[in-house]
Amino acid sequence: MEKYLSLLSFGDTGWGDELLQGALVTISIALATLPFGLALGLLVALASRSQSKIISGLATLYTTVFRGVPELLTLYIIYFGGQILLQRLWSGLGFSGSLSISPFLAGMMALGLVLAAFSSEVWVGALNSISKGQREGAAALGLTRGQAFRLVVLPQLFRVALPGLGNNWMVLLKETSLVSVITLQDVMFIATRANVATKEPFLFFSAALLIYLFFSILSAWGIGRMEMRANRGFAR
Amino acid sequence: MTTKRVLLAAAALAITGFATGAQAQAITEIKIGTEGAYPPYNNLNAKKELEGFEIDYMNDLCAKMKVKCTWVVQDWDGIIPALLSKKYDVIVAGMNATPERQKRVDFTDVYTSTPIAMVGAKSITSTDISPAALKGKAIGAQGSTIHMNFLEAYYKDSTIRPYPTQEEANLDLLNGRLDYIVADLEALESFLKDKGKDCCKIVAEVKRDAAIHGPGVGMAIRKEDAALKAMLNKAIAESKTDGTLDKHAMKWLGKKAIQ
Amino acid sequence: MRWCEAPGFYIGHEVLERYGCRMADGLVLTLKLVGISSTLGFVLAIGLGLLRLRGPKPVRYAIAGYTTFFRGTPLLCQLFLIYYGLGTFRVFWQDLGLWWFFREPFYCCLLAFTVNTAAYQAEIIRGSLQALPKGQVEAGRALGMRPTAIFLKIEMPQALLIGLRPLGNELITMIKVSAIASLVTLFDLMGATRLAFARSFDLSIYLWAALIYLALVEIIRRVWGLMETRLTRHIAMR
Repeated sequence: MEKYLSLLSFGDTGWGDELLQGALVTISIALATLPFGLALGLLVALASRSQSKIISGLATLYTTVFRGVPELLTLYIIYFGGQILLQRLWSGLGFSGSLSISPFLAGMMALGLVLAAFSSEVWVGALNSISKGQREGAAALGLTRGQAFRLVVLPQLFRVALPGLGNNWMVLLKETSLVSVITLQDVMFIATRANVATKEPFLFFSAALLIYLFFSILSAWGIGRMEMRANRGFAR
Repeated sequence: MTTKRVLLAAAALAITGFATGAQAQAITEIKIGTEGAYPPYNNLNAKKELEGFEIDYMNDLCAKMKVKCTWVVQDWDGIIPALLSKKYDVIVAGMNATPERQKRVDFTDVYTSTPIAMVGAKSITSTDISPAALKGKAIGAQGSTIHMNFLEAYYKDSTIRPYPTQEEANLDLLNGRLDYIVADLEALESFLKDKGKDCCKIVAEVKRDAAIHGPGVGMAIRKEDAALKAMLNKAIAESKTDGTLDKHAMKWLGKKAIQ
Repeated sequence: MRWCEAPGFYIGHEVLERYGCRMADGLVLTLKLVGISSTLGFVLAIGLGLLRLRGPKPVRYAIAGYTTFFRGTPLLCQLFLIYYGLGTFRVFWQDLGLWWFFREPFYCCLLAFTVNTAAYQAEIIRGSLQALPKGQVEAGRALGMRPTAIFLKIEMPQALLIGLRPLGNELITMIKVSAIASLVTLFDLMGATRLAFARSFDLSIYLWAALIYLALVEIIRRVWGLMETRLTRHIAMR
């Protein structure tokens, strides 16, 4: 027992501080991906409702691809492909030297693209629930399309979309574990390294599971609170 | 508006002109990619610093070539793609110059060549490691290495397991998931001195097959970097004649660099 | 030339031709993994879902804890715990005569996937059972049916209908998530693709793998949709 406690301690021989750093990386990549994925998802949702067949077709293609391809594969493609693409762009513009995509950025982009595909479904459902009367009212008040969207539609959208987006967030939290394969130093990466160094997989992977469980339970509670607040004023 | 755009475009062209011109100058900085998980060649110690035979050797060469060298740690699976996408300029990571790799990258002259061995449990009595003898056994090696290629080519009747690092292959040998592992002799000796002391031993040596294993370990560079290759080859040749190469080899590998 | 080399040959993609057969073998392994674990998980989930609703209190709490744990943590972490963690107890398993199971990555993956999908499917089945109108069960009792008969003939068929779409989504999720088997030395479709990339450094082989996964997912989605349409044809509004 003492051995386990000392392995988990902070300081040079203990892995406790590394695990916490990993937890920090996990939560920061999730938080960094969230706005990017949600915003892109909203764009895709709007595109899928567009009148132009090409644009809505592209939106459908996007969601089909990123909801159907395994996240691990998407991650590899963005990690390796993004670097090549960026380098070609950079040299194409004539700059010498190199530019590299950090694993954090690659992970954020891959997870964000997937989050956008899943959240666009939620956004579409929410957009469908806003009655036409709202838009007509906004137009009657003289608001431009952009103002109408920002001031009238978006706040109402949020309330309807919240449960679905909450689920998306929970899935995102767990998906961040995949970035360990592109050597981003999150909880999984640290636990794997600790296992190789100390040969105590049960201890470290259980610790990792508990960290993820903690984040999950915390998120579930937080989303529940947000839902209560968003629904105040609405009869249930 | 249009005049502004024309001026901007002209400025951009001028800058690119300068940029491409700058490439023709002498090399003053090199970024080196390595794995950092392959003792005794290159390894990250407990303080997260790089150490090993290749670290010391390359730092020496950099001093002699009078260039500034920075090390970049990259996982093995992505080490060549990262070179090709210019994350660094040269790979110094115990990489064998196989004909297959030479299709994508260039190699400098060989600076070390190691024997290859198979390690198994101490209880194994036979030293026969032919494919027929190892039929149905589980053999592990690090993925994307010459050892993996070797197993794929000859040991089709055995269960081959790829691992992201040599350490993880060692771990599975320790806990009994693997019957044998194949790797460079020095890396295996480093394992047998430490964690593998009680369980395992070298079963037999593997004969080098030039088509699969290549002539030896060299530094990998992009095919278009001819100037860098010439500079490195010159430095390597000098280190062979003035004894620097063997000095580092004796310290870290316990024997001369090229046998 | 073997059938699996043909697509690469005719498209003119050298890497696909050379590794097409390995990728085909990998696809078979993926299908085996997902098929067996999803089916076993489904069988487990029916029992778990039922117990979660109607079992004694401690059992209900235990199952709730189990589903929260396995749905709230990444499958990758669960897999590593089973593969690396349980793998260290070699002597224990050998004494029990079970070492052959925990030694092989395939069985470890099967165990991890089954336990994980059972948790998700149990929640889906529980939700579906709860969504049934109480009148159905009451009518069954009024007809004098035994509880087992009510469950098998009235509740389960309707619950499965309600849960059909979510269960289909779970199957698709399992296919995508099975890619992590490649991280414990298995040569499933993802593993074979990684091998091909490691030898050739040709990024497009990953794109071909993506296409194969997409095709697989689309086929399942369409088949599931057809099943749903056929099975709900008696419901006027769907």
